Amino acid sequence: MIWADQIVQGIFLGGYYALIACGLSFMFGVLRIINLAHGSIAVLSAYLVWMLADRWNVSPFLALVAIVPAMAAAGWLLQRTVLERSLRSGALTPLLSTFGLAVMLDNLLFEKFGADTRSLAPNIGDLAFNSWTVGGGVTIGQLALLTFGVALALLGGLQLFLNRTPLGRAIRATAEDADTAELVGIDSRRVYAAAAAIAIATVAIAGTFLGMRATFDPYTGPAQLIFAFEAIVIGGTGSLWGTLIGGIVLGVAQNLGSQVSPRGFLIAGHAVFFVVLAARFVLAGRDPRTLFGALRRAPI
Amino acid sequence: MSLLAVEQLDARHGLLQAVRGVSFALAEGEILALVGANGAGKTTLLRSISGAHRISAGRVLFDGADISAVRASARVRMGIALVPEGRRLFAGMTVEENLTVAGETRRRGHWNLETVLEAFPMLRPLLRRRSGDLSGGQQQAAAIGRALMTNPRVLLLDEVSLGLSPVAVNMVYESLQGVIAGGATIVLVEQDLSRALRIATRVACMLEGRIVLEGKASDMTRERVTEAYFGLRRPDAGSAVS
Repeated sequence: MIWADQIVQGIFLGGYYALIACGLSFMFGVLRIINLAHGSIAVLSAYLVWMLADRWNVSPFLALVAIVPAMAAAGWLLQRTVLERSLRSGALTPLLSTFGLAVMLDNLLFEKFGADTRSLAPNIGDLAFNSWTVGGGVTIGQLALLTFGVALALLGGLQLFLNRTPLGRAIRATAEDADTAELVGIDSRRVYAAAAAIAIATVAIAGTFLGMRATFDPYTGPAQLIFAFEAIVIGGTGSLWGTLIGGIVLGVAQNLGSQVSPRGFLIAGHAVFFVVLAARFVLAGRDPRTLFGALRRAPI
Repeated sequence: MSLLAVEQLDARHGLLQAVRGVSFALAEGEILALVGANGAGKTTLLRSISGAHRISAGRVLFDGADISAVRASARVRMGIALVPEGRRLFAGMTVEENLTVAGETRRRGHWNLETVLEAFPMLRPLLRRRSGDLSGGQQQAAAIGRALMTNPRVLLLDEVSLGLSPVAVNMVYESLQGVIAGGATIVLVEQDLSRALRIATRVACMLEGRIVLEGKASDMTRERVTEAYFGLRRPDAGSAVS
């Protein structure tokens, strides 16, 4: 029965991983950028929400109303001022610039907030620890269920947005062929900036849930980036629903691993990631370029 | 005043100069056929006019305004649309999405989804199909329809018949006749000389990046164009060079 519970908890943990991976997947699918500052931006968002919650006693959910648009604007600016220029200089430059951004953000957060761990759990009352027992030793945490629901809503909403709105179609067209998109009147620079804004806005939501479900400190970001990246690779890069599946596979593997050994949580997750990555290499004919090409898919 | 003019235009692909000092002017309603062998610079010239290829010298004028530094997307919103060589539809999107995504430039005009489907009836049953799954002829029709959805004042058509079966070429050109009859201004790159001479009001023949022969289509004979096409008639041999 413990195993059944661990699988259920793993599925819900997968919801969180899908939530944190959503923006990374979206950014890679549209902009072809692996944003190494992704985890650090999530932690920055958690700190911003924590500041509002701690100083003005604002509910973290209410704080999102202010933080999400602010982070979207930051995403827009980041694209127009840094990433757009980086992209012109080849595939390696965006990696270096987002790595630099991550280092800068982590250290600025350390400078401002110190090494103390924080959490948004005290600001959400019983929701942080309340759960339902559904029988057979399986429990469902209210926050875990909410996180999973938000991940589903966000991924579904993004999918609807991409399929049903003019901007969504423009994003898909640009992701597929930016030069041709220009030839049908789509300003690819604006579309890229809008996509970056959307991606960073989703990171803000994920960062807030990170703060509610766990503790965080200025150097929590890189670990979150790794989990998000693993979820994406397992589920298929650039595919939004694949991200959810990848997150669930990672979450279940980690929880089952933790039942085998205390260190099994991380090892099992990394092992699944490694096996999937290796399988992709083999299926891609052992050609890293083919693998990289296979990763280049639009988020549709 | 001409609707579209190109003045002393140079364009390069790295070290290779693909277009050399090309000039021409096009009035509203004219159809210019650009002919020439592979590598003559026709596609580069069309892409330079559309803004897809950066020019290295010269000017592109549209409605009297210098648009040489204007982005391709902005040129589309001004009224210049290119149907690129190889169609380049968004393969993962449906035909309807390919058409509507271009219609969102919000230029007013005759063309919308319904009028495009009237002009290209073969597209109507294919609207929900992924454009990557279409045949070459169907893709070409969708690509022309997509360009029309932007309501262009000048339509640039690159290699309409390339890679298509004769039946598909006839089908596409049949539909294109309706567009031409509506008074469209067109620059057409076409390898099929006979077809180009039938459709165009003017013909320009390119060789090694230069226009070596230009004139009214009615004044051109197939032999004269063929001579220029293969470089048998040089600019200094007395042909009309712009």
